[in-house]
Amino acid sequence: MNQKPFNPVLLKELKLRFRNAKSFSSIAFYLIALTLFIVAFFNLMTGYTASGFFQPSESFLLFACLTVLQMGLILFIAPALTAGAISTEREKQTLNILLTTTQTSAQIIIGKLMASLAFLIVILLATLPLYSIVFLFGGVSPSMVVAVFLLFILTVFALGSVGIMFSTITKKTIVSMITTYGVAIFFAFFTFLFFLVGVVNGLESGLLAISYVWISLNPFAVALSVISPDIALGISETTKIELSPVWIYVIGYSGIGLLSLAIAIKKLRATH
Amino acid sequence: MIEFQQLTKNYGQLKALNELSLTIKKGTIFGFVGANGAGKSTAFSILATLLSPTSGDILVNGKSVVQNPHEVRAQIGYMPDFFGVYDQLKAEEYLDFYGAAYGMPAKLRQQKITDLLALVRLTDKRDQYVDDLSRGMKQRLCLARTLMHDPDILILDEPASGLDPRARVEMRDILKDLKGLGKTILISSHILPELAEICDEIGVLDSGKLIASGNILEIQAQLQGDKFITVKVLGDVNVAQQFFLQQQVEHIEKNDFENSVTFVFNGDDVMQANLLKAAIDAGIQVTAFEVEDKNLEDVFMVITEEVAKHESKTV
Repeated sequence: MNQKPFNPVLLKELKLRFRNAKSFSSIAFYLIALTLFIVAFFNLMTGYTASGFFQPSESFLLFACLTVLQMGLILFIAPALTAGAISTEREKQTLNILLTTTQTSAQIIIGKLMASLAFLIVILLATLPLYSIVFLFGGVSPSMVVAVFLLFILTVFALGSVGIMFSTITKKTIVSMITTYGVAIFFAFFTFLFFLVGVVNGLESGLLAISYVWISLNPFAVALSVISPDIALGISETTKIELSPVWIYVIGYSGIGLLSLAIAIKKLRATH
Repeated sequence: MIEFQQLTKNYGQLKALNELSLTIKKGTIFGFVGANGAGKSTAFSILATLLSPTSGDILVNGKSVVQNPHEVRAQIGYMPDFFGVYDQLKAEEYLDFYGAAYGMPAKLRQQKITDLLALVRLTDKRDQYVDDLSRGMKQRLCLARTLMHDPDILILDEPASGLDPRARVEMRDILKDLKGLGKTILISSHILPELAEICDEIGVLDSGKLIASGNILEIQAQLQGDKFITVKVLGDVNVAQQFFLQQQVEHIEKNDFENSVTFVFNGDDVMQANLLKAAIDAGIQVTAFEVEDKNLEDVFMVITEEVAKHESKTV
């Protein structure tokens, strides 16, 4: 039976990505770093002695640290993987040829995005065995791990889409890269800063809804609020809004991702 | 059939294409001739659906590049003047990717790859990484890529640019083979004699305007009115020079080393024969009477010079 090929851009990108030795060495280095972190954490908690013990609450702390680390990794790697997806093709003079094929703009953009994200998801999956160490000591439920991973995937999708969008609308990879990192830094740090400023001002004016929105868009705060109901409760009490920040995060990041993708698809074949 | 309809493309104040109208019949090998910046690549980019025209349109077998770009893409194979390749793919994988990008089923792609690698003389490079191929080989591989989905129309923008003489000859031979496949081919090249060998028709572009188009032989014949004639003589070449100065010839030049005179003669074959007879009757001992045919480069130079003269008069 003559079936139409499955997204060829995706398959080609995956082939090129996983053929590259650098991809595997970067995964290996990350896993080594994470392992060293966990070993150091255990040593620190047990006082560097064999007679030391590890409590479930400390297991949760390890889980929280790993979650923040993984989120940091996503914010660091997603722009690098996606911000050059289209602009590199343009710089290497392969884009024009690709655009004259019968692939639609959506197929090309989604293929590029999925290939970049697939690599990041492979890294995340590769860390699962290390992550599962926390189960040995209790204090963390599997549903928490699943929820955090879903949050990671949403963040990867949103930031990856932003990267692809800048890669499409800017001519140079370096410009696209800087802009995407700018967006990542904004969400990682500035949302938290704006939250603090908003809380200080809001306590006087009583307007805390804006602060709530800022903290709900901060990936670290939301990830921690997913694994710790206390943090979610703290945010609610501070901002006087009872809705979990996770929902704002899901809606906000889904919207950012979809809007960025739509812009990228529309602008890919801008023929002026 | 390809119909350029009043095609205009402006970049700010610059008119890259100025109301280009042209019809290219199915199966024709059409050469675009023009200096750098004449508008060849712009016309090709619009035809390849990479650029939008400011006004006008191109119809490819009745489908508009503006209204139906997806349908047009399925009918064309485009080779730009500058292009990159995916270095980490093997030659076979490179062609397979583009075949898939045109929606070809896997089984069909494998057979097509075998045929095309044979056509471009790269069968033995099938499993070699594209990065390891020479410039000429990459150019031929790119040509094979344009043929993967068996398009009716090939758009080849300077396919021999940057190639050494041997690679040029190989590319020209492949293009001659393509001529036999019945494809409509649009080609541009700076090496005009190459175009003359391959093309059925040419269009001369100058500053975005089509200033001449048609069958190469017809255009050459139209311009044969002005011929370069070299007459070699025995004895004093100055006597011959004086004689021809009194005839209806222009731009006479003497070559003492070859004992010859060269001039531009505007006349038909009968007048040419009469001129030779008159020279012999005048006692000039003619050892050679050579008429130089105009090649495509001469045609291009004559046409563009005439346009320049006309424009300077208008100004």
